[in-house]
Amino acid sequence: MPRNRISPVRQMHPPLSRRRLLQAGAGLLGMSVLGVGPAAAATALDFDELYGKISVLGLSFSDKVKSLAGKKVAMRGFMAPPLKAEADFFVLTEIPMALCPFCSSDADWPDNIVVIRLDRAQTFEQANALIEVEGTLEVGSWTDPATGFVSLLRIVGAHFHAV
Amino acid sequence: MRSLLAALVATTCLVSVAEAATVFPLDRATILAGSPFDMKVEFDAVVASGDVTVTINGEPAEKVLGKSVAFVEKEKGVDASAVIVRAASIAKPGTYTVEAKAGGETKTVVWEVFATPSTPTAKNVIFFLGDGLSVAHRTGARLMSKGMHEGKADGRLNMDDIPPVAFIGTSATNAVATDSANTMSAYMTGHKTAVNAIGVYADRTKDPFDDPRVENIAEALRRTTKKSIGVVATSEIEDATPAAVVGHTRLRAEKAALVNDFFAVKPEVILGGGSAYFLGKATPGSKRKDDKDYVQLFRDAGYTLATSKDELATAAGTNSGKILGLFHTGNMDVTLDREFLKKGTVSKFPNQPGLVQMTQVAIDELAKNPDGFFLMVEGSSIDKMSHPMDWDRALVETIEFDKAIGVAVEFARTHPDTLIVVTGDHTHGVSIIGTVDDDKPGADMREKVGTYAEAGFPNYEDKDGDGYPDRVDVSRRLMLFANNFPDYYETFRPKLDGPFEPAVKNEKGEYVANEQYKDVPGAVLRTGNIPRNGDTAVHAVDDVVLQATGPGAEGFRGYMEQSDVYRALVDALAIAPVQN
Repeated sequence: MPRNRISPVRQMHPPLSRRRLLQAGAGLLGMSVLGVGPAAAATALDFDELYGKISVLGLSFSDKVKSLAGKKVAMRGFMAPPLKAEADFFVLTEIPMALCPFCSSDADWPDNIVVIRLDRAQTFEQANALIEVEGTLEVGSWTDPATGFVSLLRIVGAHFHAV
Repeated sequence: MRSLLAALVATTCLVSVAEAATVFPLDRATILAGSPFDMKVEFDAVVASGDVTVTINGEPAEKVLGKSVAFVEKEKGVDASAVIVRAASIAKPGTYTVEAKAGGETKTVVWEVFATPSTPTAKNVIFFLGDGLSVAHRTGARLMSKGMHEGKADGRLNMDDIPPVAFIGTSATNAVATDSANTMSAYMTGHKTAVNAIGVYADRTKDPFDDPRVENIAEALRRTTKKSIGVVATSEIEDATPAAVVGHTRLRAEKAALVNDFFAVKPEVILGGGSAYFLGKATPGSKRKDDKDYVQLFRDAGYTLATSKDELATAAGTNSGKILGLFHTGNMDVTLDREFLKKGTVSKFPNQPGLVQMTQVAIDELAKNPDGFFLMVEGSSIDKMSHPMDWDRALVETIEFDKAIGVAVEFARTHPDTLIVVTGDHTHGVSIIGTVDDDKPGADMREKVGTYAEAGFPNYEDKDGDGYPDRVDVSRRLMLFANNFPDYYETFRPKLDGPFEPAVKNEKGEYVANEQYKDVPGAVLRTGNIPRNGDTAVHAVDDVVLQATGPGAEGFRGYMEQSDVYRALVDALAIAPVQN
């Protein structure tokens, strides 16, 4: 699948692309860096690897996502503006979201989002800042009973840190 | 909750007084004769049913409206009473004075019920809506597409030959400022409403589906004619503008419900993005919260489905008479990305048609109906690219929009019974102030901005003659600025790597400049002048220009409210002839 990013930095200033360097680093170092414990090594998962097929009539999960269902994963991305600063639920996006779909009636989520459910509430990280999330991948449609938010991919029992 | 007849006895007993009740439709409403609408009276306090009377021209409301009147002692979530009449209608044109009384308090509003001429002047109407289309977009599209030397344009846009006939006031019922929901709703129903509302007056209860409804043009055409209906947009088809042709909700964000409304009306041609709201929730990519599969439902209703430009071409050749074209899960990519830069989401959806092809297919299909048609074509992303101040994308969208207008103008040459309207739904605070010239000395981009004589002329080229500039990143470019903005980095350059995202939200809920543009050479931080919770540049309150050509164009003149435009449209089609 062709890569699709709309991050403007990447091509204007390749040397400055912190994100790209970090991604490359994560790829090279792999599990030894991202592992959270000897029994629960997290596999790095990139936004480009979520879907095998993207079409008007629906997406299909990639083989990698299917094989990682129920397992520990680590993803890097940006924290979409949450409804409140302290929350145990937020949306991870590939690029910083200029709009807040929770807040604005005009905005809508991109296709490739991942819902993060934290094991404990953490404070909002700057939308300009790249974060890394680790937790257990859940695959398949699920409706959050509290908010009615429908998600296809979730990382649960998660925690995150700025990178 | 109690229901009872409106022919209630007025008494003079002391009650908790309802002050300044609200009556929907609002004072000065204009109502198409015979069109169904809901009437609601919202009292400011709980009142006793026996103290309430609602009369129209002195007669009980029920008698005039032909429907029973329901009294709600206490509305949900509101400590006050209301009177509601659903699907009322008034057949006879004239002035109607509505008096709502509760005890000693009276609220009076006046409606005008209008009929149309008995004979139509137009058989077909093609309504072009450039979302956010402002004067700067037209000027910029002309300069970019056609060029200029010695102060005279080197060519004309299609819209340049459609006479400007009216200035349109776009304000909402609840604010001087406005959005695409209430503006298009006013065009398509003849009733102004509140920001975010479509096909309804905005009442005080939270439920986005209980607000007083008014008839939209699609429903009016279904009720009174055998004409075909088409809706074409480059946004999600359930986005505010296209949805306002068919929909009813207080909140434009209720997109799943707006798909239901499309299915209820079943326009013969539906082309745009937004398939995510047509898929059942179990399908990855769906944004519905139920299991309804509208792709299948439309197929079962006889629609030919197209999901790419090739399939659209194939669908155009079938005889199903109905085409559902969905070309993206969300908003379709803009022309600059789709045809030239291949950015945005073009790699995921590489075969999206453009507005020109969609307009051509729609007209060809709809024109098969001997009774004529109504087609709405939206250049959706003129607005969607103007919000983030991505002026190159907004201007190229305007050029594409103009080419789609050219398709309609060509059709009207052989079908002179076609009324073409070209307008925006609101404006943006954008102006062209000159050029920016990379070849001026130094590294300070601000000093390269050319104003007055220093502006010279831009050096876009169109060597292949396709009407689009071969490149937008030429050395001397048009310089546009928004007069309002969040904090952002002004780069003075086209955003070749994808649509501009000027600001992102911080932990305090404030939008701050997107640092991804901080290190672009010459970028300068502009401190915003709108509230910090504003993510992008906003709509302007300035009038919109309306242009019209063909039979019925004479119905547009001078200053008009957006809701007045509806009357000119239905007059041209004569869908409510005076009953004798």
